[in-house]
Amino acid sequence: MKPWRQPGFWIPLLLILVGGGVALVVRKDTLREMTFTLLMYVALASSLNILMGYTGYVNFGHIVFFGLGGYTGFYFISRHGWHLVPAALVGGLTSALLAALLGLAVLRLRGAYFALATIGINEAARAFVNNFRPFGGPTGLFVNFAIYREYGGAPQALWLTYTLLLITTLVAVAVSYTVKNSRFGLGLLAIREDEDAAMVMGVRTPRAKTIAYVISAFFPGIIGTLFFFKNGNVEPGDAFRLHMSIEVLVMIMLGGNGTILGPVLGAAAYERLRGYLLTSPLFKSLHLAFAGLALLLIVLFIPAGLVGWLRRRFPVLRRWLE
Amino acid sequence: MLAQILASLVDGILLGFVYGLAAMGLSLIWGVMRVINLSHGAIMALGMFGIYLTFTHLGLNPYLALLLLAPASLLFGFLVYGVAVHRIINAPYLSSLLATFAVNMMVIGIGTAVFTTSLYNVDFSLGTVRAGVLALPGTRLAAAAAAVLITAGLYLFLYRTRPGKAIRAVANNRAAAALMGIPPAQTLALSFGIGTLLAALAGGLITTFFPFTILSGSGYQSKSFVICVLGGLGNPLGALLGGLILGAMEGLIPIVLPVSWVPVVEFTLFVLILLIRPSGLLGART
Repeated sequence: MKPWRQPGFWIPLLLILVGGGVALVVRKDTLREMTFTLLMYVALASSLNILMGYTGYVNFGHIVFFGLGGYTGFYFISRHGWHLVPAALVGGLTSALLAALLGLAVLRLRGAYFALATIGINEAARAFVNNFRPFGGPTGLFVNFAIYREYGGAPQALWLTYTLLLITTLVAVAVSYTVKNSRFGLGLLAIREDEDAAMVMGVRTPRAKTIAYVISAFFPGIIGTLFFFKNGNVEPGDAFRLHMSIEVLVMIMLGGNGTILGPVLGAAAYERLRGYLLTSPLFKSLHLAFAGLALLLIVLFIPAGLVGWLRRRFPVLRRWLE
Repeated sequence: MLAQILASLVDGILLGFVYGLAAMGLSLIWGVMRVINLSHGAIMALGMFGIYLTFTHLGLNPYLALLLLAPASLLFGFLVYGVAVHRIINAPYLSSLLATFAVNMMVIGIGTAVFTTSLYNVDFSLGTVRAGVLALPGTRLAAAAAAVLITAGLYLFLYRTRPGKAIRAVANNRAAAALMGIPPAQTLALSFGIGTLLAALAGGLITTFFPFTILSGSGYQSKSFVICVLGGLGNPLGALLGGLILGAMEGLIPIVLPVSWVPVVEFTLFVLILLIRPSGLLGART
């Protein structure tokens, strides 16, 4: 089965390419900033989906990898003058390595215990970075403006960051598709349905879960480095917001847990909705309450999310929406 | 030096009673219905503002106001259960995590719109009690005493009354309890209500000695998780003991490490206990 012949593979990629490409063609700064946030959430949601959607393990600490990977990458840029690309890769690899170590321990826990442990990891990581001298403690790290000279000025550096993020997002979604349609991915789905049965059927569950965790942790590390480089600074409060982890969860639920297109659509829809609520004078101060209400309605009435609901309601679409 | 250690220890333990009270609510809800209540912190914040409003606008003594807060929070718990939890009580736990978090977002969202995120405090004092080298604020002693009384009340309720016994039966085996004629929905709603009540009362007690914002609840919620795991999830008496351990740690750690390391130690311990003994240090479930 060639992936590029499957509509389920190229529809999400095409959507991202077109949506993200517009800013590259138009070259407008405001559009780039808006799309940057959008792409960031699409990539975060798609990578979290590899763990949460396929294995059913709820991870409240996805943002730990965003924060720690971002911190590591940013550290090499600001203190050692590395170029953005190797620094982002090191950020991603650090996150992946951390996930491998954590995963061996934490993934022995099941269900709600795992979810609780990830909340603990998030809090512990934030408190640790707050106190860790090389990372600047509570004030964090900054970049020197001279660093932009290497990229031909600040605007060029920002466009490069944006292009890299677009590529990362495309790769994340492609990987998410490849994993789901591989033998390994089927093992993950089996774990989601019934972990004991999967084990009996010959899925090596601890290894499979850890690999899924590592893959899902790699992308936030890269995205974190890109995001903090764009901002020019990094501090613990920004890097480890439990809130952001949960927003990403909401996006996945909105689009459809365990689907490829779902996290993409969910992230886009949530971001647009939040943008609207924040700017509309009527809902401005109540945007959090409305987002909560939306989440509650989804959880109670359409737990399969948008894509899941469409697939169930219109079986014809199953070939098109993966 | 020794006097300082003793003072920090006693201070921490008194605070620990209130932490334990908050964690008890979380633990009860988990034990009975296997739901991790992520709206716990928001409800504590509601309790804080409940006491604040009655104290500043009605001039009510905070401890008397707790008596008003109790039925109000019980009703609020029924409401949350009916609206957000009842439909998904048998769904995968992701649903209940997200549903209770949605309630949290709504409460915090409305709360922020009404109270903003600025700092409030209840200007109430009971003087200082001196005992040897110790100087204890009266409000902390009173809060610890109130926490003990409420815990005793909860135990009498759970072990001596029919609805309490029904809650324990449902915690033990929901299907079997239903077969014995215990209405599951009402019992679950009651447990959720009591869990909410405990959270709100703990929040109310905290206002008598710490300033707070609408967002303060989330910090106490994280502490409650740590305490629940220390004492064994689903074991309310363990939660009180876990609270005392955490309070003692918060008192003692700053003597050897900078204060900002306290959460690092707490949450590392939390993850380690989950890994080594997920049933908690005190093991057995009620």
